[in-house]
Amino acid sequence: MPSQIPIQEGLFTWPSEEPRLLGSRCCGCGEVSFPVQKSCPACTGDETEAIPLAREGTLWTWTIQRFPPPAPPFIGDRESFEPFGVGYVELAEGVRVESRLTVNDPAQLEIGMKMELVVEPFDRDADGNERMLFAFRPAAAA
Amino acid sequence: MDVAIIGIGLHPFGRHEGVSAMEMGVVAANRALADAGIRWADVQHACAGSLEVLQPDTMNKFMGLTGIPFTNLFNGCATGGNLMLSAANAILAGAGDVAIAIGMDKHPRGAFSVGDDLAGLGLGQWYGEAGMAVNPQFFSMKTMRYMHDHGISEDCLHRVAMKAFENGARNPDAWRRKALSYEEIAESPLVCDPLRKYHFCSPSEGAAAMVLCRADQAARYTTNPIYIRADVFRTRLYGSFEVMHPSVPANARPSPSVQASQAAYEAAGIGPEDLDVAQVQDTEVGHEIMHMAECGFCKDGEQEAWVKAGETKIGGRLPINTDGGLLANGEPVGASGLRQIHEVCLQLRGEAGDRQVPGKPRVGFTHVYGFPGVSCATVLSR
Ligand SMILES: [Zn+2]
Repeated sequence: MPSQIPIQEGLFTWPSEEPRLLGSRCCGCGEVSFPVQKSCPACTGDETEAIPLAREGTLWTWTIQRFPPPAPPFIGDRESFEPFGVGYVELAEGVRVESRLTVNDPAQLEIGMKMELVVEPFDRDADGNERMLFAFRPAAAA
Repeated sequence: MDVAIIGIGLHPFGRHEGVSAMEMGVVAANRALADAGIRWADVQHACAGSLEVLQPDTMNKFMGLTGIPFTNLFNGCATGGNLMLSAANAILAGAGDVAIAIGMDKHPRGAFSVGDDLAGLGLGQWYGEAGMAVNPQFFSMKTMRYMHDHGISEDCLHRVAMKAFENGARNPDAWRRKALSYEEIAESPLVCDPLRKYHFCSPSEGAAAMVLCRADQAARYTTNPIYIRADVFRTRLYGSFEVMHPSVPANARPSPSVQASQAAYEAAGIGPEDLDVAQVQDTEVGHEIMHMAECGFCKDGEQEAWVKAGETKIGGRLPINTDGGLLANGEPVGASGLRQIHEVCLQLRGEAGDRQVPGKPRVGFTHVYGFPGVSCATVLSR
């Protein structure tokens, strides 16, 4: 039966009510990077542990991708292409993660605003499964 | 021992239907040889680079099969600077007295694609499938943050583009030879906010070549040698904000452009205040602006006043990208860095025609930068 599967295993916790991105923390220097990698790009150490990253962060920079990215590797539908937001979101672990944004209206985006993680359907694979991708959305006003 | 540039050659950048990248490389190489007054048989070491040509050294059969060592080299947008470095290092190592560096490329139209296999770039396929891994997207995000941090206005972006196309219009070898009005630039469509169509360069076609020799032998070949005072290649430090990086640490470190340019000034004993002309990587206007500070010409944020006052125009305090840069010439990746060096040589020789920097410039600087966080900086002088 078709189901919802992550676009890539190991990127984020799934299935989950409150999904979290998965990063690496270096067992030597403590630096955190995303996605998980076995070695540390900061200190050249070769021991890291996978950790769930904060679900909320602040928008460090952003843009609107207004033309369909070259394909391959982009697999989104070029005919019905809608511009989408992209940004780097700074998380409490001291890492800025690049991500698609759920909004594509510049008026709704501002450096420093609070963002929160969501996991949404991106496309379907050959078996009809929905492939899920992470994104950040403006955090709900309190 | 030092190394001198004794011959320069260019196959103009642009679109050349029916001419292969390698054919352009051969043209540029032969022009550089003719400029130096030598033949291919006199060359003792060759280095060539290209993104699209699988093995540029196969051009050997069009030049002459003389048995010399011929190194292929590719380091993204930093290829040109690195080609000259490699050829100069061969001379410094005693591998020969005369060497040549040749860059060539011919790209399809449209934004560069990273291709269908991101594993070859150390990235997960999902990253490209999802529509990240796009150069203009990243350059725009970096520019967006820089403008926010350092008070750079959109007006400044437009003026940098205007200057590039003005210079291109004065350069008979440029691809884009039409000056654009402020309005044409400011009203061109957004590509990736805050950058617009005329803020970007395009992939193009072309080739460039340099003949080098031991500086103490330069007088045999030419009366106007240009000396390589420094040529430095650097890759990114952990913490530099670079394209194709799904994450970067919040603790920022200086870019490879800062590392390369500072090391070049130190090696040359020449500082940015001593420069008379400079070429910097202007993949888009945001990066010309950022590179002005990263290469030490001014402090972060001072670009706004510099550009408004016309200080980077020909005749200004430090003319930048006098041949129109990447904006007016496009970027054949393998050749682009050597095009910059070609232009600085013309300027220092006083042969730059309508775009000649006044006051007999003596010291020049070139800088390339790109994926995945690489930079070459050179200091050249008469
Ligand atoms: Zn570490």
